[in-house]
Amino acid sequence: MKIVVCLGNVPDTTTKVKFGDGTAFDKTGVQWIINPWDELALTRAMELKEDAGNPVSSVTVVTVGGKDAEPTMRKALAIGADDAIRVDTDARDAYAVAGQLAEAIKDKGFDIILTGIESSDYNGSMVGGMLAEMLDVPSVSAVSGLTISGSDVEITRDIDGGKEQVSVATPLVATVQKGIAKEARIAAMRGIMMARKKPLAVVPAAEVETLTDFVSFELPAPKPPCKMVDADNVAELVDLLQNEAKVL
Amino acid sequence: MKKLVKGGEFMVQDIDAADIFIPEEFDEEQQMVAQTCRDFLDAEVFPNLEKIDKQENNIGRTLIEKAGELGLLGISTPEELEGFGQSFVTSMLASEVMGSAYSFAVTYSCHTGIGTMPILYFGNEEQKQKYIPALTMGEKVGCYCLTEPGAGSDANSGKTKATLSEDGKHYILNGQKMWITNTGFGDIFTVFAKIDNDRVLSAFIVERDYPGVKFNPEEKKLGIKGSSTRQIFLEDCMVPVENLLWERGKGFRIALDILHMGRIKLGGNVLGAAKMAIDQSVNYSNERKQFGKSISNFGAIKYKLAEQAIRTFANESAVYRASSNVDEYVAAHLGEETKEQAIVHAFEEYAVEAAILKVYGSEMLDYVVDEGVQIHGGMGYSAEMRIERGYRDSRINRIFEGTNEINRLVTIDTLNKRGAKKDYDLYGQGEAVVAGLADLDGCSCCVDGYYENKLATIQNLKALGKMLLTAVSKAFGRKMMNEQMILNNISNIVARIYVAESTMLRVKKKEEVHGMDVAINKDILDCLVYDTAEFIRKEAKDCINSFVEDKEEFDLYNKGIKYYSCAKGVNVKAARERIADVLIEENKYCF
Repeated sequence: MKIVVCLGNVPDTTTKVKFGDGTAFDKTGVQWIINPWDELALTRAMELKEDAGNPVSSVTVVTVGGKDAEPTMRKALAIGADDAIRVDTDARDAYAVAGQLAEAIKDKGFDIILTGIESSDYNGSMVGGMLAEMLDVPSVSAVSGLTISGSDVEITRDIDGGKEQVSVATPLVATVQKGIAKEARIAAMRGIMMARKKPLAVVPAAEVETLTDFVSFELPAPKPPCKMVDADNVAELVDLLQNEAKVL
Repeated sequence: MKKLVKGGEFMVQDIDAADIFIPEEFDEEQQMVAQTCRDFLDAEVFPNLEKIDKQENNIGRTLIEKAGELGLLGISTPEELEGFGQSFVTSMLASEVMGSAYSFAVTYSCHTGIGTMPILYFGNEEQKQKYIPALTMGEKVGCYCLTEPGAGSDANSGKTKATLSEDGKHYILNGQKMWITNTGFGDIFTVFAKIDNDRVLSAFIVERDYPGVKFNPEEKKLGIKGSSTRQIFLEDCMVPVENLLWERGKGFRIALDILHMGRIKLGGNVLGAAKMAIDQSVNYSNERKQFGKSISNFGAIKYKLAEQAIRTFANESAVYRASSNVDEYVAAHLGEETKEQAIVHAFEEYAVEAAILKVYGSEMLDYVVDEGVQIHGGMGYSAEMRIERGYRDSRINRIFEGTNEINRLVTIDTLNKRGAKKDYDLYGQGEAVVAGLADLDGCSCCVDGYYENKLATIQNLKALGKMLLTAVSKAFGRKMMNEQMILNNISNIVARIYVAESTMLRVKKKEEVHGMDVAINKDILDCLVYDTAEFIRKEAKDCINSFVEDKEEFDLYNKGIKYYSCAKGVNVKAARERIADVLIEENKYCF
């Protein structure tokens, strides 16, 4: 059984976001990381492969991005992925990314295709579903548990007030969320040394229709100043909430 | 291939910016190693700082084991001994990141440095095979036992004795060692002792469960409370003869070489701690509001933030320049000797630089955490804030790995010996400076061109340092090393020259070789070189005032001081404001 994990290359969550002239994200000095939800998917893929009871033969990682995405790919290889594919084009929007991923993934015999439920930069939550449609395979969203049972995959989904168990035949796309894996892995020295010897294929971008244009970006307005009210002064607090914040 | 530089040679020879290594040149793999260290600290150390400080459940040992699982204990250990055979620069980068780990930084650096390296560098094949893999994988923890109650800086005066047993199979060790890091959970101890009536030390590998090894309870310390520190008593401790390290009488040499290594490493450790303290200082000053605005808006705070960053950047420039020199030395000597022999010789070669990094680095960090507490105001004095822990934990760095007092003397003693041996023409150049004093005329700091001007200033400061060394050497001859106060002046001068020059070369290389934007780096360099020259002028005057009695000679030397310590004026207020504004905008150390 072959697993492929789709990895987004995203700015570190502590990045101070800047938009330059307002039409593009300013990448200067940005530290790039594996999208945290995709990292969960990778961790689960590694757990599945390491469990000798599973017939997992390989874990591949794939990303859409320029050369600056390679350190992120190599980190995934250091964590334990067997090989990597980088589709050599900017990750524009969900449709474009899903289209590029589909081209890179199709016809390679992957049984389990994992994506994070969203990315921590644009938070679109769309790639997984689109990718499944383009590959014409089942899609299961919000997956918090995933085990292999023969040629099927047993999936747990968090639903309102409980959990849902689903059994799905492979191949499939699962978009995963928190709970899917134990703690994120740290790349060990041995993995880092091995990563340089593992294949990282760069494939040219496919023809994928562009459906969106970025018009402008803006930062959220600065937070209004915080007012401190003495713990004993409930009357003032009520007055402020009623008359100033107008929330009561 | 570029020419290998000699230790201390920077005083007599300028080098091209292209020939130094700068931290902007870390490759992807090195950055990944650093990230692994950061991930490890985020996952295992920072959430457990209280537990670590209380030494709960032997957590220091557990953390060493976890670091071992990740391979972080054997970064530069050979692959055949379960390590990863990486460069010294890579292990320095790991030391830098781990340096921000408060108490665990000491646990880690002790284990991977002085706890492991005596056996790796000086052990025979059997000893290495027996101990190094276990130390590298974190199955065993290493300690280094040199200091005794009566033998601190005067390490060779230790009273611990070793005598051969009647059957010739064991050395019987008796004595007491103190301030031994990692002792609470350590397994393998490198113990220094004198065999019979030897005047010099020998070194032994002692295992925790050998008969006659006893320990005191934990010391109560000012800082690094989470690092285990105890006394060890050796009472008729039976050590197999095959556990003698290297040869009889070689202990002091081992001790010195390991200390040289520890000193360079300390320069990296303090760097990580300083960057984190700056992050905390900037965060707090951006959050804390007084008089209706963030205190980071105020000039008094900006000065501190900028100065913290200037000294940290300078320290970093020097640390990686020297570390790369170690790698270059090893590469040039491989084949003639083993990698372990080559690296030991590299530490000996760069003893001057190591001592400088130790002194400058530890004092840099003390400055950074002190101003960090000050920026936090009352909160800085509260144990609630991490800067309080950083302040306490910093202080040890001026004491261990040879006190800064010893290291200031090592700087000059080593330089003086190499000059006297004519390893390079230190005193010849000094004589030439003295001979030319009468003819000095005009302004020495009016050289045009940005880097040309900085280079001229640094060359002048070097001339001044050589003038003073020559003057002191002439005045005191062989008794020169007794003049500690005067030598401290010159040691401070030499150290500041090395740091300023390293910073200048780094900024120049960034701009001219890598085409990077260095506008803010130039502000840092401007402030640093200007301050360095002013500092050196005072040290030089103190030096000359202290021993030159002849009026004519005195005037001549003062003329030299005035000429050679002249640096172009800088609008330090504007430069520091620009530096602080970048820190404030980024809300972290970002140079």
